[in-house]
Amino acid sequence: MNFSLLMPELTLAITAVLVILLDLFIKQKSWLAAVSILGLGISSAFALGLWNGTPQSAFNNMLAVDNYAIFFKLLFAGIAILVILASTDYVSKFQRFQGEYYALILLSALGMMLMASTTELITLFISLELVNLSLYALVGFLKDGKSAEASLKYLLLSAVASAVLLFGMALVFGFTGQTQLGEIARSIQSTLAAGQVNSAPAVLVSPGLFVGIVLMIAGFGFKIAMVPFQMWVPDVYEGAPTPVTAYLSVGSKAAGFAIILRVFYSAFIQPSNLGLDWGMIFAVLSAVTMTVGNIIAIQQDNIKRMLGYSSIAQAGYLMVGLATVGLAPALTSAGQAPLLFFLVSYSLTNLAAFIAIIAITSETGSDLIDDFKGMGKRSPWLAAALTLAMISLIGMPPAAGFIAKFYIFSAAVQHDLLWLVIIAVINSVISAFYYLRVVKVMWMNEPASAEKVPASAALIVALIFCSLGVLLFGLLPGLAMNPAGLANMLGF
Amino acid sequence: MIGLQHFLILAAALFCIGLYGALTKRNAIVILISIELMLNAVNILMVAFSRYVTPVALTGQVFAIFIMVVAAAEVAVGLAIIISIYRSRDTIDTNKIDLMKW
Repeated sequence: MNFSLLMPELTLAITAVLVILLDLFIKQKSWLAAVSILGLGISSAFALGLWNGTPQSAFNNMLAVDNYAIFFKLLFAGIAILVILASTDYVSKFQRFQGEYYALILLSALGMMLMASTTELITLFISLELVNLSLYALVGFLKDGKSAEASLKYLLLSAVASAVLLFGMALVFGFTGQTQLGEIARSIQSTLAAGQVNSAPAVLVSPGLFVGIVLMIAGFGFKIAMVPFQMWVPDVYEGAPTPVTAYLSVGSKAAGFAIILRVFYSAFIQPSNLGLDWGMIFAVLSAVTMTVGNIIAIQQDNIKRMLGYSSIAQAGYLMVGLATVGLAPALTSAGQAPLLFFLVSYSLTNLAAFIAIIAITSETGSDLIDDFKGMGKRSPWLAAALTLAMISLIGMPPAAGFIAKFYIFSAAVQHDLLWLVIIAVINSVISAFYYLRVVKVMWMNEPASAEKVPASAALIVALIFCSLGVLLFGLLPGLAMNPAGLANMLGF
Repeated sequence: MIGLQHFLILAAALFCIGLYGALTKRNAIVILISIELMLNAVNILMVAFSRYVTPVALTGQVFAIFIMVVAAAEVAVGLAIIISIYRSRDTIDTNKIDLMKW
């Protein structure tokens, strides 16, 4: 056992316990945020230290420490730091339980880190539940009617999804006799090779295994807000405290994609007919997901709810990448790298949007889009940041969203998914309508009052970081991170 | 002779009953109970596969134990949330918990 491989996670666990303990003694609660950020910083320093080492697997092949896992650990630590920076103002209004708030964010970040590095079904399930349990509590943190209702809906639906996922994992375990992803891949190859005819659909060769894989797609689909498992998203996004909504929309989704990519790429990619099968499932679901998300988003008048549907639509675009991974010949990096680039750009963009929204809504006290009127005059900088985020979500230059969509769609076109890309582009045009409505309300309409919107220093730092990131990825994609370089680094 | 397929049928039936309950019942606690039923169906499946497919390794049984542990934690959080919602709304009927709808 080599504990140094686990240092990023251990640091976070210790920090979370420390924050809860310090909460009992410290009067000045803003220190708790500082301690949490420090812990996340140390954790990512440890993760950086493991970067580019030889890929290793620890604890009986249960966890992998490779560049793929470390990439996601850094992403999750970054997301958690930005969310904590954005929530200091919000949390300081709580009478009690400030320590628990930060500790829960740290614990769910810990779960996400483990999700990115797990290579075994039992660890996968436990890390997934660690994320879920912390998020249930965070969503219901306000304890008022809406927040508790959101939390209950999230818990019940998520528990059903976990049960479905487990049933799928049980079937995969039963038909392969293994829980370790690499062993599962080996066992599947020999099973499917025995019943050969390489052209026959995998579903005919081993129906039980295929049902297991489909159930796993359904279970994971809940986490990434895939249609038809998206019904929790709008309610939970609306009811949860806004910083938690930001965290959910970014962290939870990125973790879901991290684990899907890991499981499907290392266990179910070969033989190629199996990859084709789940690739097509993802392609069809992706078309449905983005269409449903975009069309329902048009009618929303609450901005958190609108961003909820928008995040469903974005999950659809991300799934184009998953479909490409399935359809591409095994062991090429066609789909993965653009997908990861899209995840980073989406995280920065959505965080920028939510941080601006946190600042504005805590001044106006309302989540309605109409109450954003005249923000361009009241707080030009916040409005400009929100405008940039909206432009990036549409996928227009000069923002990161444009480059991300360009990469992911051009990879898909090269692998016979032209029909899906056409649907995605039509969807992007539809989405421009509701994103630009926010921009129009902010800049064209008259303000309700002339008061400035106050924002804490921490929030401004986080907002500047996200906006600069969105611009940098949009203007200089090659400099910041390009798919070819990314694939090379992560060893696909 | 009771074989693997009997266990598979039992697990599938139990899972479907649980899913039906979770989707149709109105009382939040009954929904939690139905979810437990689904998880226990998975446990039966795990243990049966472990016994018949990999008799030497105990992976399936260990998995079942972890599922029980996590299910207990989930119920604890779930009941806490139900109590908090009962305090603010005086009901746990999911039809009446409808502040947000599209």
